[in-house]
Amino acid sequence: MAGVGMRDIKRKIKSVNSTKQITKAMKLVSTAKLKRSRDRLEKVQPYFETVNDTVQDILKGADNIEHKYISERDIKKSLYIVITADRGLCGGYNINAIKKALEDVKDKEKACFIVIGQKANGYYSKREYEIVGNYLGISEKPEYRNAKEIGALALKLYKDEKIDEIKLVYTRFASTISQVPEMIKLLPASKQKDEKPEEDEFKYVSYEPSPGVVLDYLIPKYIESTIFGALVESAASEQAARRIAMENATDNAQEMIENLTLSFNQARQAAITQEISEIVGGAEALK
Amino acid sequence: MASTFHLEIVTPDRKFYEDEVNMAIVRTTEGDVGILRDHVPTVSPLSIGVIKIKKDNKILTATCAGGFVSIDEDKAIIITDAAEWPEEIDIQRAEAAMKRAEERINEKSSDSDVFRAQMALNKAINRLRVSKGE
Repeated sequence: MAGVGMRDIKRKIKSVNSTKQITKAMKLVSTAKLKRSRDRLEKVQPYFETVNDTVQDILKGADNIEHKYISERDIKKSLYIVITADRGLCGGYNINAIKKALEDVKDKEKACFIVIGQKANGYYSKREYEIVGNYLGISEKPEYRNAKEIGALALKLYKDEKIDEIKLVYTRFASTISQVPEMIKLLPASKQKDEKPEEDEFKYVSYEPSPGVVLDYLIPKYIESTIFGALVESAASEQAARRIAMENATDNAQEMIENLTLSFNQARQAAITQEISEIVGGAEALK
Repeated sequence: MASTFHLEIVTPDRKFYEDEVNMAIVRTTEGDVGILRDHVPTVSPLSIGVIKIKKDNKILTATCAGGFVSIDEDKAIIITDAAEWPEEIDIQRAEAAMKRAEERINEKSSDSDVFRAQMALNKAINRLRVSKGE
């Protein structure tokens, strides 16, 4: 009977509709969260940028300084710090960051990970990568002391020569509609390739009390602040990614409802037509 | 007016201060340093102490919980973990922190703990001193 098909469609519409309501609510929630994390990002950015600029400035002038954090070593093992979210439903956000790190891993034995967020933790541990540290439940609202802990752990491993380089993978917040996974090398500290042309002019900078002491202090600080900046930026990216994912889901649900309503109406029409022809047919037969 | 330079103080959670000032005094690990315009470019770590800023014959004081300063001819940037104006200091919290740190030092656990407690104690004492306007 056509009635059964109609009931099925009706049930389907109802279920899609409730899914739509959920995704819509989630979109609203992440919009609000996005605003908060963006405000935070704006507040944090000056610090993060100033530290970065200052360290870059110093490294530019420090070509001849020998220091444990600057000198290159043979790379026997690399540490990747990967920042993802604790929760899914945010499109490609998590997997893009995870893949970005894996692109760089050539030998499974030579890589270990510090993971931030449930998603990266699950992914890497399931595939039996070596995880030296995991930080769960902080990615949505990172604090400076989290970055400090992560930085201290990474530095300790580096000092003990358990690892020979540190790379950080995070998601850059390019705009509300575009987030790009990025990888930066933290240690050994080196000049980043920047767009600005190098100034040839030599500038004398004095380091009090000595370049070594300044770098001893500055490099851990640089790592901490870079990790912190990356955490905050990733948090904003997560919310932006989720907002877009949920917006798309809501749109898709809407489209689905429209299609289903159309087929529901068609089925209804067909049922009515059939009924009429049955009645007419019955009346004809009685004549 | 005397010559000025651009001073910026940034902390992890905000841009604490940004203005043209006449002079700034900061406590580096090597001792107090006064910064005027056309200072030789210098980079130096800061210890826990006070930042004094002189602008238009007024002197502003702020706490500084360690960090570093990068000085250029016409610009100085102070990067610190925390900075506060005297009126922003939470005296009760600083006192509690001082007590906690003292207890930890007296317990004499592992070395790093004592070191951290000592740092916390210094920060708390520094805050209390600044809040009292010393």
